[in-house]
Amino acid sequence: MSQTLTFGDSCAPVTCHAWNKDRTQIAFSPNNNEVHIYQKEGNDWKQTNNLVEHDLKVMGIDWAPNTNRIVTCSVDRNAYVWTQGDDGKWTTTLVLLRINRAATCVKWSPMENKFAVGSGARLISICYFEKENNWWVSKHIKKPIRSTVTSIDWHPNNILLVAGSADFKVRVFSAYIKDIEDQPGPNVWGTKLPLGQLLAEFPNSPNGGGWVHSVSFSADGTKFAWVGHDSSINVADATQGKAVIKMKTEYLPFLGCSWVTNNSLVVAGHSCIPLLYCHEGNQINFVAKLDNTQRKESGGLSAMKKFQSLDRQARIETNDTFLDSIHQNAITSIRLYEGTKANTRKFSTTGLDGQLVIWDLDSLERSIEGLKIV
Amino acid sequence: MSATLKPYLTAVRHTLTAAMCLEHFSSQVVERYNKPEVEVRTSKELLLNPVIISRNANEKVLIESSINSIRVSIMIKQADEIEKILCKKFMRFMMMRAENFIVLRRKPVDGYHISFLITNFHTEQMFKHKLVDFVIYFMEEIDKEISEMKLAVNARARICSEEFLKRF
Repeated sequence: MSQTLTFGDSCAPVTCHAWNKDRTQIAFSPNNNEVHIYQKEGNDWKQTNNLVEHDLKVMGIDWAPNTNRIVTCSVDRNAYVWTQGDDGKWTTTLVLLRINRAATCVKWSPMENKFAVGSGARLISICYFEKENNWWVSKHIKKPIRSTVTSIDWHPNNILLVAGSADFKVRVFSAYIKDIEDQPGPNVWGTKLPLGQLLAEFPNSPNGGGWVHSVSFSADGTKFAWVGHDSSINVADATQGKAVIKMKTEYLPFLGCSWVTNNSLVVAGHSCIPLLYCHEGNQINFVAKLDNTQRKESGGLSAMKKFQSLDRQARIETNDTFLDSIHQNAITSIRLYEGTKANTRKFSTTGLDGQLVIWDLDSLERSIEGLKIV
Repeated sequence: MSATLKPYLTAVRHTLTAAMCLEHFSSQVVERYNKPEVEVRTSKELLLNPVIISRNANEKVLIESSINSIRVSIMIKQADEIEKILCKKFMRFMMMRAENFIVLRRKPVDGYHISFLITNFHTEQMFKHKLVDFVIYFMEEIDKEISEMKLAVNARARICSEEFLKRF
C-alpha cells in the first residue's frame, strides 16, 4: 500500500525532494539552507552527503536522471548545479540567474541540457551551459508575468514550458534557446517558437480564483493540469481547442499535482491526503482517496492516563492529536518514484510533517474496491 | 454552552481551517526579505478577502488571510464598566508577554481587543488543527475567565465594604 520513511531524527518539514535515476538515493531539504543526500543500504537509509552552499532556505531540488546532476535553488537568489566526482563528492557549478528576488522552483528539461528557474522577481530564467566560461548562463522570460512564479513544468518536447504564478494565471511559454538547439517544428500549442513567446494563457477562474500552486504537463504533452488556491483542479487541453475544464472540490487547497497516466492525475495538499482524479472528455471525475487510514485507537482511556493529562496539560485527554491520515500536515510535493508520467506505478509525497511516503498504485488498485486507474 | 455560541464557534472553526492554508513566501518587493504579507500589504494579489463572523454587536471575529500568514482579531464581550476594565487589564497582561504566547500579536487590530498573527512558520512547527483548536479554546475560555474575575472582584468588594461598614 504505502511505505513511510523518515530521515535522521529531525521532524523538520521536508521542503522538497528528488530521487536519482535508480531510486537508491534521495536529495531533500529539511526546511533550511542544506540539502541532504541519503543512500539506501538494505532497508536503511544512510546520509552520504550534506550539500551546504546556499545561505537561505532551499526552495527547489531537481535531479537529472541520465546526466546525474542536481540543481538546487534557494531564497538567497542563487541556483547551483551539483556534479558528482569519482570520489563521491559533489561540487558546484555557478549559475548566473540574474534575479534579485527569491528563486522558488526549478526543473530540468527532459533532455537535461537546460533547466528553468521560477522566481519572485516575476520572471523565469532558462539556464544552459556555456563551455567557454564553465558556468550556466540564463535567458529571461519576463512578459507578461505579474507576480511570483510558483511552479513550472516542461513539455516532453524539451521546448515548451508551463508556469503557474501568484497572479492567478497559468501560461505556456516557448523556452527555445537557439544557441544550443535546432529549430523546433510546430506543435499543438503553437507554431512560432522564439524564446519567451506566450503560447497560451489561462486565468485560474474567470474572476481571479487564487494562486496557482502546481502545474503538470501530461506525458503526451497535449494537455496540462494545474491546481489553485480555490481548491480546484483544472485541465487545459490543446486537442480540444485549448479548452479549460475546471472542477471545484470540497477539500482544502492542493499544493501538488502530477499525471500518473495519460488521463489520471494525483493531487495532494492541505487536506494531507493524496487524491486520484481522472480526466475524460470534457470533465474531471473523482476516482479515489488514496489514503484510507483510520485513526489509531489508543486502547481505551485509562484512569492513570486521564489523571496524567489533567495534571500535566491541565486538560481532559482527547484523542484528537492525530489526523485520520498518514501525513499529519500539509503535503507539499509529489514526485514519481517508479514509472513515467504515462504509466506511474509508485509515487512519493513529502510534507510539513517531515515524512516521506511512497504510494504503490498497483497495490492500491487491488485493495480499493472499484478503483481502476486508466 | 448557550444556543448561539456553538454555531458561532463552529463557523469560526471552519473559517480558520480554510484560512490557515499557508505556505512559505518570500517578499517579491524587497530583496532577501520575508515578512507576513497580511501585515506588510505590499502586493494586493497576495491578500485574500477578510471575513468577519459576528455573534452579536459586541462579539465578533475578523479573519484576514494572505499567502503566508493570517491575522485573527477577536472582539470580546464587555457588558459593563467592570468587565471593560478587567478585559483591558487582562489583554494588556497577555500582550506584554506576547512572545511567550508565540502566535499572539503585540497590539490588537483597531476596533478589536486581541489579535493573533499566525504565519507559515507556526504551521510548520505546530499541528494546524491544534492551532485552530487553540483559538477556539481561547474564545471559549476568555468569556468564562472574565466573568469569573468579575465575580471575584464583586465578592471581594462586598467583603471589604462589610468589614468597613462594621465600624459604624
